Amino acid sequence: MATVFEKPSFLTDVPFHYCPGCTHGIAHRLVAEALDEIGAQGHCVGVAPVGCAVFAYNYFNCDMQEAAHGRAPAVATGIKLTNPDNIVFAYQGDGDLASIGMAEIVHAATRGVNITVIFINNAIYGMTGGQMAPTTLLGQKATTCPSGRSAEVNGYPIRMCEMLATLDGPSYIARCSLADVKSVKQAKKAVLKAFQNQKEGKGFSFVELLSTCPTNWHMSPVQALDYVKNQMTAQYPLGVFKEV
Amino acid sequence: MAKLTINKELCKGCGLCVTACPKGVLGVSDKDTNGKGYYVVEEVDAAACIGCAFCATMCPDCVITVEK
Repeated sequence: MATVFEKPSFLTDVPFHYCPGCTHGIAHRLVAEALDEIGAQGHCVGVAPVGCAVFAYNYFNCDMQEAAHGRAPAVATGIKLTNPDNIVFAYQGDGDLASIGMAEIVHAATRGVNITVIFINNAIYGMTGGQMAPTTLLGQKATTCPSGRSAEVNGYPIRMCEMLATLDGPSYIARCSLADVKSVKQAKKAVLKAFQNQKEGKGFSFVELLSTCPTNWHMSPVQALDYVKNQMTAQYPLGVFKEV
Repeated sequence: MAKLTINKELCKGCGLCVTACPKGVLGVSDKDTNGKGYYVVEEVDAAACIGCAFCATMCPDCVITVEK
């Protein structure tokens, strides 16, 4: 019998702390599989965010650096510039990247630094207890917009891929979903492409992964996947927004 | 013939693998729990498995190893 599927060697044996059904685990695995495939073992540095994925440094089998809230692209830029032979990636959530870290991601992108940024968009602040994020959908309930986000009071959700795609710096910008098997397989290709770009020296690559937060959405894990498919992809269309 | 190896101690019983399986091989147990207290996934019809690895693709916790 041949092994069809097993845990990638780029993940450690530490069990994920994420809630049941949280797709952070799938995203971690896709990153690890991509790093395995491009042969990054031994010369890879990841930057962990603040948020639910804060313990990412325990899960990836490479050197990891924890960054201050939102500053992962800035830290990754520094690591890449001082060690250009390393594969460097930042792994961030929406509260981290699209709120407090907005300046860092925009400037890393416009500078076209040769790093890979994986952006997990689950439309809410997970770790701190379900507050409204910059990416929370209109009408979506959160603890800080208990009757649903309204454009008048809270403004509109931010589409990061579209915004960064207007810049000249980035080489690859794509949005994928983790809502079903087909989407995960497409996401795997996008993540792999983002890392291959870096290996080939093409410059800044950014992959947004539409993700779930069953706990703070108050849904079952399966219902949460349906919410991504039916609601989130309407606000955040999937696709490749820039490819140079 | 395909074989699933389920690392029950890592399972959180979320059921994403159950809905991903096209052959109804998996189910979340209503009595078997692991050390963390989660009801874990189990094979309810192991013979039906075709080794497509859809379950493992959707599993957020790398619980399932698939051999074919």
